[in-house]
Amino acid sequence: MEKVDFIGNISTKQGFGEGLKIAGAHNPNVIALGSDITSSVGMDIFANAFPNRFYSLGIAEQNAVGIATGMALNGKIPIFSTYGVFAAMRTLDHIRISLCYNNVHVIIGGAHAGISVGPDGATHQALEDIAALRALPNITILSPCDATQTRLATIAAIEKLNGPVYIRFGREPMPNFTIDTQNFEIGKAQTLRQGNDICIIATGHLVWESILAAEELAKQGVSAMILNMHTIKPIDKNAIIEAAKQTGAIITAEEHQITGGLGSAVAEVIVKHHPTPMDFVGMPNSFGESGKALELMEKYGMNAQAIVQKALSIIKRK
Amino acid sequence: MNINELKHKAKEIRLDVIRSIHAAGSGHTGGSLGLADVFTALYFSILNHKPDQPNWPDRDRLILSIGHVVPVHYATLAHAGYFPKNELITLRKLGSRLQGHPGRDHGLPGLELSAGSLGQGLSVAIGMALIAKLDKKNWCTFCILGDGELQEGSVWEAAMSAAHYKLDNLIALVDRNKVQIDGDTESVMKLEPLKKKWESFGWHVLECDGNNMQEIVDSYTSAKKIKNKPIVIIAHTKMGAGVPEIEGNYQWHGKAPSDKDIENWKNNLK
Ligand SMILES: [Mg+2]
Repeated sequence: MEKVDFIGNISTKQGFGEGLKIAGAHNPNVIALGSDITSSVGMDIFANAFPNRFYSLGIAEQNAVGIATGMALNGKIPIFSTYGVFAAMRTLDHIRISLCYNNVHVIIGGAHAGISVGPDGATHQALEDIAALRALPNITILSPCDATQTRLATIAAIEKLNGPVYIRFGREPMPNFTIDTQNFEIGKAQTLRQGNDICIIATGHLVWESILAAEELAKQGVSAMILNMHTIKPIDKNAIIEAAKQTGAIITAEEHQITGGLGSAVAEVIVKHHPTPMDFVGMPNSFGESGKALELMEKYGMNAQAIVQKALSIIKRK
Repeated sequence: MNINELKHKAKEIRLDVIRSIHAAGSGHTGGSLGLADVFTALYFSILNHKPDQPNWPDRDRLILSIGHVVPVHYATLAHAGYFPKNELITLRKLGSRLQGHPGRDHGLPGLELSAGSLGQGLSVAIGMALIAKLDKKNWCTFCILGDGELQEGSVWEAAMSAAHYKLDNLIALVDRNKVQIDGDTESVMKLEPLKKKWESFGWHVLECDGNNMQEIVDSYTSAKKIKNKPIVIIAHTKMGAGVPEIEGNYQWHGKAPSDKDIENWKNNLK
C-alpha cells in the first residue's frame, strides 16, 4: 500500500512547472513553448531557469503543436502547455496528424482541468479533454492526483517515454498527499487503500475525494479499496480486473464528463474481462458554470459525498 | 544539373507521376504534375541532401504540407535514388510504403513528415528552422504549400511566428495554380492580394513562373541570400502542367488518368 498523508494545499500546476525545471536541468534538449498564459500553467518556472530554451508563441495553439512536432523530429523534447480546453481540443486535428500520426515525443500540458477551475465558468473548464484524446493512437494520457505526483509524472513523461503525452492538471490549490515519491510508474495504477466491498477507481483531484469517501464508507461498515488511476491511457487492465474480482463492485471518479473519460476506459475493461456492477462519478453531460471549486464539485456531483452515495447504491446490486 | 537536364528530368518525373496514379486508379494528378518542375529543381539542384543517407543530420529539410500531391514527391525521390523506381506503381495499394498521403510509419526513405491535413506543414517547418537556429546549424527548411490551403487559419498563425523569429533559414513555396476542388480560388474564397498578405506578415516575397525551370532555380537561389526574414516564393503554376490535354483544368485535381488518357498524353508530354 502507498503512503498517504495530507501535506497541505498546492496547485498541481506548480508540480508541472517544477517537473519541467528538473527535467530541463537533466537534459538540454527539453524546450518549452508558451501560449501567452505561461505563468498560469506553471511554465514560468522553466522559462525563468532556461530562457534560451523557452519560445513565446502567442495565442496560437495549432501552430504551437506543429512547431513542437518539427522540433521533436529534430531530436528535441518540446513541452507545450495551455488550458486543457485549448491544448486538447482547439488543436485536436493537429494533435491527431502532426503529433500522433508522426508519433513524436511532445508533452502537452493541459492546465485548468475539471470543474474545480471554478469562477472562470464553462468556457475554461476542461471536461472533455480525456474523451477527445483517448481515441487517438500512440498518445499517453496522464492525470496525476496532486502536485507532487504531477511533478513526478512530468519528469517521467519527459524521461521515460518516446511518443506524444498529455498531462492533465488543475488550477486551484488542492490537497497534496503523495509522500512516497519512489513508486510512480506510468501505466501502473496505485493501490492507495485495500478493501473488499467496492473499489473506487479515481483520477486527478478526485483521488483525494475518494480517500475521504472511503473513510466515510468505513464508518458505515463498507470496506472500500482505492485505485489511483494516474494513467488513463494505456489503462492498467490488470489492476482493474483484479479489483473487480476482489471487490465485485466498481465506482469510477473523475473531474470530466462521464462520457468518454476514465469511467468509459474502465468500463471497456470490465465489460470484456470481468462484468461487474459499476457506476460513474463525473460530469453528467452538462457544461459547467461559475462558482467556487468546492461548490461546483458538490452541485455537479463530483466529490466525496457523491462517491459515497453511488458506492452504497451500487453495492446493493452485487 | 543544368537547366536543360533539369527540364528533361522533369519530363521523366511527370511520366512516372502519371504511371503511378494510373496504376493506383485514384490520386491527385493535376497538382502533382503542376509541381513536377519545382520538385525536380529542388532535388536535382537546390537541396543539400544525400539519397543514400536519408537521415544525414546536415541535410536540408523539405516539408510537403499539401500531402495530396505526394505522387510527385515519390516520383522525384525515386529518381533521386531514395528507393527503386519500380516501387512507384505500388502507390496507394495495401502494404505499400507509398501511402495516399505521406505516412512515415510505412518506412519510405526521404519523407520528413506524415502529413495531409491541410494547414499543418508550415508550423512543422518553423519548428525545424527554429532548431537549426538554436543549434547553430546551416541547413535550410523548405516547405511546399498549396494556394487553397492558405484558407486554413493555422497557416497565418504560422506565418506570423516565422517572421517574429526572423527565420531566414525557411523558404516556403506556394503552389499558386489558382484552383482548388470547388473551382477557381478567387471565387471559392478570395486569396488576393496574396503577395501583400505575405509581405504584411513580415515575409520576403518572390514570384516566379512555377513551370519555368530557369525561374524556379533563380528564385530559390536568390531566396537563399535573404537575411532576417522568412522567404516565400509564390510559384504560378498550371494544374496538370506538361500535359496539354488537361493543363489548367481543375477537374483534374483529384482524378486518375485512364488507359486511354495515358495513350493520348504520352506523345504530347512537354
Ligand atoms: Mg490550388
